[in-house]
Amino acid sequence: SDFCLFPADIISTVEFNYSGELLATGDKGGRVVIFQHEQESKNRPHLRGEYNVYSTFQSHEPEFDYLKSLEIEEKINKIRWLPQQNAAHFLLSTNDKTIKLWKISERDKRAEGYNLKDEDGRLRDPFRITSLRVPVLMPMDLMVEASPRRIFANAHTYHINSISVNSDHETYLSADDLRINLWHLEITDRSFNIVDIKPANMEELTEVITAAECHPHQCNVFVYSSSKGTIRLCDMRAAALCDRHSKFFEEPEDPSSRSFFSEIISSISDVKFSHSGRYMMTRDYLSVKVWDLNMENRPVETYQVHEYLRSKLCSLYENDCIFDKFECYSYWFFAIMTGSYNNFFRMFDRNTRRDITLEASRESSKPRATLKPRKVSTGGKRKKDEISVDSLDFNKKILHTAWHPKDNVIAVAATNNLYIFQDKIN
Amino acid sequence: MFPKGTKRKFSDSGEEPVSGGDQGPAAPSAAARTLSSSYSLQRQSLLDMSLIKLQLCHMLVEPNLCRSVLIANTVRQIQEEMTQDGTWQIMTQALAAAQCPADRLVATEVLCRQTDAAAQAGQSPKPFSVVGLEEGYHSEEVVMEGDVETEVTMSTLSPVSPQLSSASYLAGPFGMGPCWEEEEEEDGECEEDEEEDSEECVSEGEEAERDHLSADSRTGEQVFGTFEIKHPAPPPDPALEELFSDVDPSYYDLDTVLTGMQSTPKMGPYDLLESLSSHGPTALSSSSSCRSDLNELDHIMEIIVGS
Repeated sequence: SDFCLFPADIISTVEFNYSGELLATGDKGGRVVIFQHEQESKNRPHLRGEYNVYSTFQSHEPEFDYLKSLEIEEKINKIRWLPQQNAAHFLLSTNDKTIKLWKISERDKRAEGYNLKDEDGRLRDPFRITSLRVPVLMPMDLMVEASPRRIFANAHTYHINSISVNSDHETYLSADDLRINLWHLEITDRSFNIVDIKPANMEELTEVITAAECHPHQCNVFVYSSSKGTIRLCDMRAAALCDRHSKFFEEPEDPSSRSFFSEIISSISDVKFSHSGRYMMTRDYLSVKVWDLNMENRPVETYQVHEYLRSKLCSLYENDCIFDKFECYSYWFFAIMTGSYNNFFRMFDRNTRRDITLEASRESSKPRATLKPRKVSTGGKRKKDEISVDSLDFNKKILHTAWHPKDNVIAVAATNNLYIFQDKIN
Repeated sequence: MFPKGTKRKFSDSGEEPVSGGDQGPAAPSAAARTLSSSYSLQRQSLLDMSLIKLQLCHMLVEPNLCRSVLIANTVRQIQEEMTQDGTWQIMTQALAAAQCPADRLVATEVLCRQTDAAAQAGQSPKPFSVVGLEEGYHSEEVVMEGDVETEVTMSTLSPVSPQLSSASYLAGPFGMGPCWEEEEEEDGECEEDEEEDSEECVSEGEEAERDHLSADSRTGEQVFGTFEIKHPAPPPDPALEELFSDVDPSYYDLDTVLTGMQSTPKMGPYDLLESLSSHGPTALSSSSSCRSDLNELDHIMEIIVGS
C-alpha cells in the first residue's frame, strides 16, 4: 500500500469554476493550487486541453485554539467559485472554522517612467527633476496574485463541512456538524443562523449535518443531509430559523439487510442539485441516489458504487474506512461520477444505465493513453484482468472528483495526485 | 438481526440443547441461551472495538463529531439488543461485582440519587449514552458559560483514568463530564449497578450549573470521554467466566489498547459477524488489505509517549 510521503500534499477538494477554464484544488496543508486550461494554439496544438498551474497560494494556516487546547487544522475542506463578474476571479475556501474569500487577479502590465522615483523605486531628489514625463504601461510577465478579500470567522463551533454560493450571488451558506449559517459576501462580522440541530442536552445527540447546498435557482431554498441518511429541504421564507423542514427525504430501510452498520453506511457524505434544480443526488457509503424533489419517500434511481464491500463492513469499520466521505458529481445530470477505493472511480450513464470503473494511477494511465475499464471480481472465479476484493488497497481512496461544467473533462484527486481525463475527440 | 427461533448451529457452545420441538420463539430468559455464543462474542467484540474507538477519539486533536456520533449510535444499538437478550444485565452485574468500592470516584449524592431514579425507572438500564469521563475534567478552572468549551488535555489522561470506576462501561450522558468533578470518596453507602450510573450524572439540580458549562462543549471530544473499561477481576461465576473467557482482559487496559491497535486484531471473528449481518456467507476476507492507517496511530503514540 502507498503511504503519502508528504501528507500536506493530500488533495482535499477539487472544483472547476463556472466556465471550466480554471480548476482549483485545496490540500491538507492549507494550500490552494489553481490550474488553467491552456488556450488552443495553432502553433502548439499538442497543448490543447492541458491544464497548467496558474496560481498557488497559502489559504489557511494551522491555528491553535488556546481555550480548548486544540489545533485547528489548516486543511481546506471545500472550495467554491463565485460567478465571474469582471476580469478577476473570486473563490471561497474554508477549513474547519474559517471561510475566506480570495480574489485572484492577473497583472501583466507595469507602469514605468515615474517622475518621483526611479526604476528601482528609490525616490528621486525633487530638485534634480528637470522635466516631466507621463508614466507608460509596459507589458511584463504575467503575474497572478491572490489576495484575501474577506475573512468570515468565529461563526462555527463545530467543523465546517460545506459551503454553497446562493443563486443570488450575494449570499452563501456554510454548514458545520450541527448548524448552518447564512452569510452576505460583503459582511464578515455577522451571519444568520438558519439551522440549528444541536440538542439542549448533548446526551441526546444522535444525528449530525453532513452536507448542505443551495438550490441552483431558488435563492430561498436549500437542502442539508444527515448522518442518518436523510435530506431536509428548507425554505428560508418560512421562518428565520429553518428547524422545520419543508420536505423530508428518506428511503425506508430494507429490514432484510439490517445490520449494526446500517446507519453508518446510510450516512450521506455529499448532496448536489441537478442543473435544473428538479433533482438532487446523494452519496452514501455504498451508493449514489438520485432524488426527485417532488417525491420524498424514496429515490428515483440508485447506483451501486461498490456493493462488494457490503460483506466487508466490519473490517471497514475496524479500519475506519467506513467513515470515508466520498463526493459525487454530475455532468448536466446525464452522467454521474464518484470515487471508490484502489484509486478506482465510477461513472454512471443515467440514460443508458451503463456504468464503468476506471483507475487513476500512474501505472495504468500514460499521458494521452486511453483508460482501460477495470473490474472487481465479486467472488467465485476471478477472470483475467479482474481484481479481487481482497486485493483492493483501501488507502488509495478517491474522495474528490469534479466534472467540467461544459466539456467532457474530469478531474480526479487520488491522495496527493491530481488526474485530469478528457474524452478523446476524433 | 438474529431472529428468534432460528435453529442453533451444532458448533455453538455447550449449552443444554433445548428438547425436541422447541423451535418456536424462545422465552426471554431462554433467549440468551439459544443465541449463538459465537454471535454474541462477535457482538461483544464489536462493542469493545466501538468503545475503544471512542476512547481514541479523545486522543485526536479534533475528533470528528460525525464519526463519534455514528460509533456511539452503534454502541447503543448493541446495548439495546443485548438488553433484550438479557446479556447486558449479566455483564454489568459482573462488572459491578468485580469492582472495588474504594476506587469508585462518584459523588455520594449522585449515587444516592440513583437509588431513587433506579427505583422509579425499574429494571431496564438507561439507553447507552456516552460520557465525558475525563481525563482530568478540569472544568472548575474554567468557569464560563455559553459556547466556551472546557479544556480536556491528553496529559491528564493517565493519572485519572485508572482511578475511574468501572461504572464507566455504560457511562453517563453526552457531555456529562462535570459530574465526575466531584471526586469524593464514596462512603460505600450507596452501591448500585453501573448500569444505573448512567442515569446518574443527569443534569438535575446542582448539576445544572455544570451542565451549562458543558452544554456547548466541543461535544465530540468531551462527549466521548475516556471509557475506563475496568479490568475485570476473576468472576466467581463460571457462566460469567465463559462470557469473558475469550476476551483478553488486557484489551481493556488503555496502554495495551493503544499498542495493541498497532497490530492486526483478529480478523476471523469479524467475518462471522459480517456474514451474519449481511446477505449470507461470503468468502472470508484477509486483513492485509484492511490495515489501519498507521500514520494516525503513530501520531497518537507520539502524543502519548511525548516524544
